[in-house]
Amino acid sequence: MSFRTYHQVTEPDRSRLGEQVGLQRARVTARLAGVKRTIAVMSGKGGVGKSYVTSSLALAAARSLAGGVGVVDADLKSPTVARLLDTRGPVRVSEDGVHPPVSPHGVRVMSTAFLLDDGAPLAWREHPGERFVWRGVLETGALREFLSDVVWGTLDLLLVDLPPGADKLSDLAELIPQLTGAIAVTIPSDESHASVQRSMQAARHQGVSLLGVIENMSGYECDGCAQTRPLFSGDAGAALAREFDVPLLARIPFRSASAAAPRARDDAIEGVVAALCPSDVVIA
Amino acid sequence: MKFLCIDCDAQMTFSERAIPGDGTFAASFSCPSCGRRVAMLANEMETQLVGALGVKIGGRTLEEQPMELVRTTLDGRADAFVDEALPRTSAPVRPQWSADALERLSRVPGFVRGMVKRIYTDYAVERGIAEISPDVMDRARTELGLEGM
Repeated sequence: MSFRTYHQVTEPDRSRLGEQVGLQRARVTARLAGVKRTIAVMSGKGGVGKSYVTSSLALAAARSLAGGVGVVDADLKSPTVARLLDTRGPVRVSEDGVHPPVSPHGVRVMSTAFLLDDGAPLAWREHPGERFVWRGVLETGALREFLSDVVWGTLDLLLVDLPPGADKLSDLAELIPQLTGAIAVTIPSDESHASVQRSMQAARHQGVSLLGVIENMSGYECDGCAQTRPLFSGDAGAALAREFDVPLLARIPFRSASAAAPRARDDAIEGVVAALCPSDVVIA
Repeated sequence: MKFLCIDCDAQMTFSERAIPGDGTFAASFSCPSCGRRVAMLANEMETQLVGALGVKIGGRTLEEQPMELVRTTLDGRADAFVDEALPRTSAPVRPQWSADALERLSRVPGFVRGMVKRIYTDYAVERGIAEISPDVMDRARTELGLEGM
């Protein structure tokens, strides 16, 4: 080769693209400096009630933690946390950054639900060709900005509600080196067991600490007789906890009265918050 | 990304960036030794990919705005954001855009148009300019270092 290559040219790179990306990540770290714990709520399977569990945890944490609670809805395409937490936009922007809407219970929330028209799909104002090349990059960029550009302030707990699958946890772990860990949500069925098992293996492979398993829809709580009856066959929650040597944090039965919104108070969920944030629970 | 003038064995320096409005991107670099100039021309997909990363070829001339990527690329509701970043006065003056200025703004690609419009609006508000014309845009571009906007 008759000319110097990139690293042989030692003068600074004016574009500093690598430095710009590094600064983006540094902004995430700086913004979350006041957050004690950042915990991802994940599941390999869709439809297990992950956003419901996230919202229930956020409400319970808002009741029992004095230092503040936030939720990032990382399910950009199908955001539901804002509705479950009865939180609405618009989103205020100041020189400090973007201020998250606050739920009636005091939970700070950031979600694409505030940004999209009702019922509209996630779409980008971009050149229509080769969307598959850059769509994922944009989505990761949006998640990064949800973390770095939102005025989260000081929080005892920031929950990140991930979409189904394992890839977004990988993105999150790269964006947040100080990520506390992840909770896996499953339903009892064998199908869910296989799917969530894969995502938990992926999490462990990425070095993400697994904090435990929550089994949702663990039976059906009868409104008439108050007994809990089977809803799905299987025992995925306990099996996953055993296989990965992590605690089964809670088993939550399906309750028709709470199907549309998280319950005001749930002993199992309160117990999870106490287990995750033992040093900060101040309200019994 | 670096550009090397092989004849001079010198790194070329960034000169200007241009956004022609058709989804493509151009940037020119010149050799500090012999003065030779080259242009880097990116097609729509390449431009899009770099834009999706939230980085600027040639380096940033303006500080990144809060949630800049989402606000300039997400096809969302018009009233999603309430901007409180503009300076507050007892009687804030919202500058009008002349037809010529709007036509020029329309040539800016959609994914940065909102941000560019806000930059010019901020410039006009801070200086009490009632109407944004191409002349005002030229002055802002010179004073703020907005090559290619």
